[in-house]
Amino acid sequence: MSVASPSNPALTLQSKRFNGLRHILEREGLFCKDDFSPSPDNLDFLQTKSKVLIIGAGGLGCELLKDLALMGFGDLHVIDMDTIELSNLNRQFLFRRTDIGSSKAECAARFINNRIPTCRVTPHFAKIQDFDESFYQQFHIIVCGLDSIVARRWINGMLLSMLRYDDDNSLDVSSIIPMIDGGTEGFKGNARVILPGFTACIECTLDLFPPQVNYPLCTIANTPRLPEHCIEYVKIIQWDKESPFSAPLDGDDPQHIGWIYERALERANQFNISGVTYRLVQGVIKHIIPAVASTNAVIAAACALEVFKLATSCYDSMSNYFNFNDLDGIYSYTYEAEKSDGCLACSNTPQLLNIEDPNTTTLEDIIKQLCKLPRFQLKSPALTTVMADGKQRTLYMANVKSIEEATRKNLTQSLGELGLQDGQQLTITDATSPTSITLQLKYQANEVEML
Amino acid sequence: MSSPAPPKSPELSDKSKKYDRQIRLWGDHGQTLLETATICLVNVTAVGCEVAKGLVLPGIGGFTVADGSTVKEEDLGNNFFLDYSYLGKSKALACKQLLQELNPDANGDYVDESIDYILENRANFFESFDLVIASNLNEQSLLQLSNRLWESNVPFVYCRSLGMLGSIRLQLKEHCIVEAHPDNRQFDLRLEQPFEALRDHLESTEVTNKVPWLLVLYKFLKAWQTEHGAGRQAPGNYKEKTQLREAIGAAMQKDEENYEEAIKAVNTAFGAGLVPSSLKAIFEDDACEQLHKKSDVFWIMAKALKHFVVEENKGYLPLPGVLPDMTANTDSYIALQHIYRQQALHDADQVYHKCQEYLKQLSLPADSIDERTVRLLCREAAGLSVQRGTRIADEYEKNCRLLPLVEDNELQGNLTVYYFALRAYERFLSECGSIPGECTVEQDIGRLKTITSKMLNDLGLHVAISDDVLHEICRYGGAELHAVSAFIGGCAAQEVIKIITKQYKPIDNTFIYNAISTESVTLKL
Repeated sequence: MSVASPSNPALTLQSKRFNGLRHILEREGLFCKDDFSPSPDNLDFLQTKSKVLIIGAGGLGCELLKDLALMGFGDLHVIDMDTIELSNLNRQFLFRRTDIGSSKAECAARFINNRIPTCRVTPHFAKIQDFDESFYQQFHIIVCGLDSIVARRWINGMLLSMLRYDDDNSLDVSSIIPMIDGGTEGFKGNARVILPGFTACIECTLDLFPPQVNYPLCTIANTPRLPEHCIEYVKIIQWDKESPFSAPLDGDDPQHIGWIYERALERANQFNISGVTYRLVQGVIKHIIPAVASTNAVIAAACALEVFKLATSCYDSMSNYFNFNDLDGIYSYTYEAEKSDGCLACSNTPQLLNIEDPNTTTLEDIIKQLCKLPRFQLKSPALTTVMADGKQRTLYMANVKSIEEATRKNLTQSLGELGLQDGQQLTITDATSPTSITLQLKYQANEVEML
Repeated sequence: MSSPAPPKSPELSDKSKKYDRQIRLWGDHGQTLLETATICLVNVTAVGCEVAKGLVLPGIGGFTVADGSTVKEEDLGNNFFLDYSYLGKSKALACKQLLQELNPDANGDYVDESIDYILENRANFFESFDLVIASNLNEQSLLQLSNRLWESNVPFVYCRSLGMLGSIRLQLKEHCIVEAHPDNRQFDLRLEQPFEALRDHLESTEVTNKVPWLLVLYKFLKAWQTEHGAGRQAPGNYKEKTQLREAIGAAMQKDEENYEEAIKAVNTAFGAGLVPSSLKAIFEDDACEQLHKKSDVFWIMAKALKHFVVEENKGYLPLPGVLPDMTANTDSYIALQHIYRQQALHDADQVYHKCQEYLKQLSLPADSIDERTVRLLCREAAGLSVQRGTRIADEYEKNCRLLPLVEDNELQGNLTVYYFALRAYERFLSECGSIPGECTVEQDIGRLKTITSKMLNDLGLHVAISDDVLHEICRYGGAELHAVSAFIGGCAAQEVIKIITKQYKPIDNTFIYNAISTESVTLKL
């Protein structure tokens, strides 16, 4: 029944299916970018030369694959480590009920390859951290449709680490791989264009991410008032105490959620708190972010248009942050997020960490700052440094048990006691970045003394 | 430890799991409305299919695709819901089949007839739908279809996607919204004028560092009221608020969280509970004053609400009964919460009884309005909203409501020009029977210019549209770009969901998008 797709690229380019795109790409336009040259080469580039990576094959990823394939792109790659769940089907339109449990990336690629013969999608059922520079190097543009801030920061760090700087510290523009990033939450979303090293990066604008809601432990334990407090109590305290399934809590296991629901309900009743529902329990335990098809479609389309503009030079890129919200009418706003000189990731100079008094500030204080301060927001930083005698020293590392035990005593020591000097550099590694970050200690007290 | 089976609550049903991420936004009641609605898609274009996709996925009850043409190779390039296997076959059928694959819950149907044929031969075709979506019509068909739908009172969403430009026009007569879901909801606490049960509680409870800030604030508000006298209820300006904050601060011992929270709350805790101007307009609306047998239940409830506010509650709204979280011990918080909730139930009950009285007077069945619906309406009273739409055809008449778009011979707003350019494009389709720029750009620019200036002149608008914009329109040669269609389709799908679920506020009434500059605007036409 189905007609085989033309395999000869030259024939494909002649195909009437591209009539519309060819008008855009082969005709002069008064609103076009100054250096745009209308030509059949533009479509040829999209079809046969350009290579775009899509990170995430979820709500945004499915849309991005469709949008880019139908905007003339011929070679797409997609990475996603997840498998398909029932609750994806209300928006991740490349998946069907029979696909539940299969790889999102593989399933999405198969669907696009079948539906759109002029596009070849290569799937990667993997984590972004499974690949190194040599993999990311092959792409002209990278588009992110992620729900994880850590993953966004990681790929941002990867693209920054691939930048080359000339001897005079000026950026070699040929080393820039543009990153288009989309994000949605309910009826709100944003799309942004990042030229790493050149425009504001993810770390420059970390404070734009909404802070996570954390309930104080004493409220959860002693004075619960909301149903959420009861749920958190069961999750944080009761689960470990009673170890109901002799397994770590799995938010996807209905038995686990069911157990928490019942215990949370008991606790709520005990305190006369109403409103514990199964849906709320799931939401709190899995940190569920509401999602609808429409917002994903809008944000992915905005991202796809920017990929198209960058790849063809037909119009100027959006500069550089697009906000969207359709709760009350439809509202959009585009503004230029500014590159931060103090950005840990893209400033290309070591950033200072101001310490008021090295004799009262402990290593733990520093780690807390690195996790809490809006400009850092690290997850579980590991700190090493080179001491005055030239020896490498690990100050603290939480992720390796033996090292954690060996370095735990450092936490309560002051910087002075640890022998750290003003101006000394700390090398920090964290899940939020593929490369290490350097921070330079700056002691305020010293300065005062010197005056 | 035995492992209990998960509870058999409706929240665990298959549908509930599949639609979980959206039910968290519009609730089970919104989902039910969506699942019982049927829509019609006129013309299989990329933008039309993208709207339909955004409705089939979340589970619209039914959709019918109407299009009289067959699938051609050039249709495949931008439309995800057509493919090679349907070349030469009915576009309506192809699109219906491929949309249907997205979700077996939605009932798909198709009619392989053109819009002009349907308008001519099937007078009542559109009346059975809850809403109609169309795109890519010439001017004549657009006017005929929109007039037909206006007369039948069927909401209409018209989408345009041309090159880097797009627009959405909603046409509906009246749309009543109970749940607007405002982004920043003000808590209505009634501290200035506490209801009896609250006053008793506030006056009889000792203010310690364990009670919610509300009690702290009340104590200092009372002192403030005494000090200022003359019937002053709450601080109104910055200076007065600062005084109140300082008074609380002065009495605060170290680390009293509830005092700190009370200081923070000074700014937002007062002033709610009165009738906002939008609700006043609803109360004064003829539809509210003059109930009749065919009145929407919204208006019956609005009238009952008005009666309660004016006659029974001294001008105050029914209490929403929703409290923010406040640091406090459990018992004192729950006790306070209980008082608010009981009063909210009590107020809603009064409104409910008034509704029943009206229903009886109108000889309508008592179950037309249930208690839950009234409680919801009472909780949301401050945000009730009614939108009254306008006919699309009115925009095509001389001295119409477009006049304000022009001032000093200039179009107002960056994107207004594209509204007229897209309309000129449609008039070109009607008058010339071809697409501007489809074959050659230069030749068609002249014709498009002539058509545009005549159109503006006919409308009585003394303004010109720049040649650059008309050149850009011709350059597109009718191209529909998928990404622009996906953007407009996503937006339009959400507007349809708002109309069907009666939640969130739709645009009023024309949205314009320019993908070149990534700008959008909403015009009221």
